[in-house]
Amino acid sequence: MQTRLRLFTFASPMRFYRLSGALIPWLWAACLLLSAAGLYIGFLVAPTDATQGDAYRIIFIHVPAAWMSMVLYLVMAGWAAVGWAFNARLASMTARAIAPTGALFTFLALWTGSFWGKPTWGTWWVWDARLTSELILLFLYLGYMALVSAIDDTRRADQAGALVAVVGAVNVPIIYFSVKWWNTLHQGATISATAAPKMAHTMLTAMLLMTLAFWAYAFAVVFMRTRAIVIEREQQTEWVGELVHAQGAR
Amino acid sequence: MNWNSAGEFFAMGGYGLYVWGAYGVTLVLMLAEPLLVRQRHAQARRAAASTQEES
Repeated sequence: MQTRLRLFTFASPMRFYRLSGALIPWLWAACLLLSAAGLYIGFLVAPTDATQGDAYRIIFIHVPAAWMSMVLYLVMAGWAAVGWAFNARLASMTARAIAPTGALFTFLALWTGSFWGKPTWGTWWVWDARLTSELILLFLYLGYMALVSAIDDTRRADQAGALVAVVGAVNVPIIYFSVKWWNTLHQGATISATAAPKMAHTMLTAMLLMTLAFWAYAFAVVFMRTRAIVIEREQQTEWVGELVHAQGAR
Repeated sequence: MNWNSAGEFFAMGGYGLYVWGAYGVTLVLMLAEPLLVRQRHAQARRAAASTQEES
């Protein structure tokens, strides 16, 4: 009998485990190549900024980290909602796997922003709309992680987490538009779909390469964490038994 | 080429502390996370192996 590839083929934790295992090395390779190219252009090709000197070079990690922090939140909330609505196990596992990486990028956006703010604004931190809403994003990630780990019943934990994640998603557009809606110290968007980018080509190239590198990183590390969660939750199943038996416990 | 020497590169036009402070922490955390996740995966496999042996 022939096995057909259907829409939910990869929604099976077992199939996901095998497919992602094959993809992870390639994702790491892409991450390394892209970040090497991005850093090369960012530090050796892109010129020193006329007004900010070399402090502006923080942009090559600051903006990608900030983008990832917002995108990952929406992806996390999306999978959490799918897992809740359709009782799709893998979706809930993916949502949980995204949270720590999203929190990491949020922290890095704040940290690198702080190290950029000090030389350019003269302060490490201001209670400005952009910075404050990004800090709230960090608390949302941490709150989600604390909540799901505090509830023993996995299914109920996933449902409660999904509720928090989906409600918290309202914060993402607030972060994004904060620089338009309020008078903030933080500068407006450098890149937009409707206007030409307000930066030199080499700077833009470096920033986009670093963004792709961070995407590859996020996929790789989220896949790895999802695989760990799959094993944790499916440890009684036959296929996990065969897996650990075949490859040793390591 | 922006830099005439390694010293100039590390000084970052006087912004060395800020640029390397930002990049350093980013690098450390982005190396630490995959290592921690790998540990979690290995731990999960060990736990699964012992669960399966019991049953």
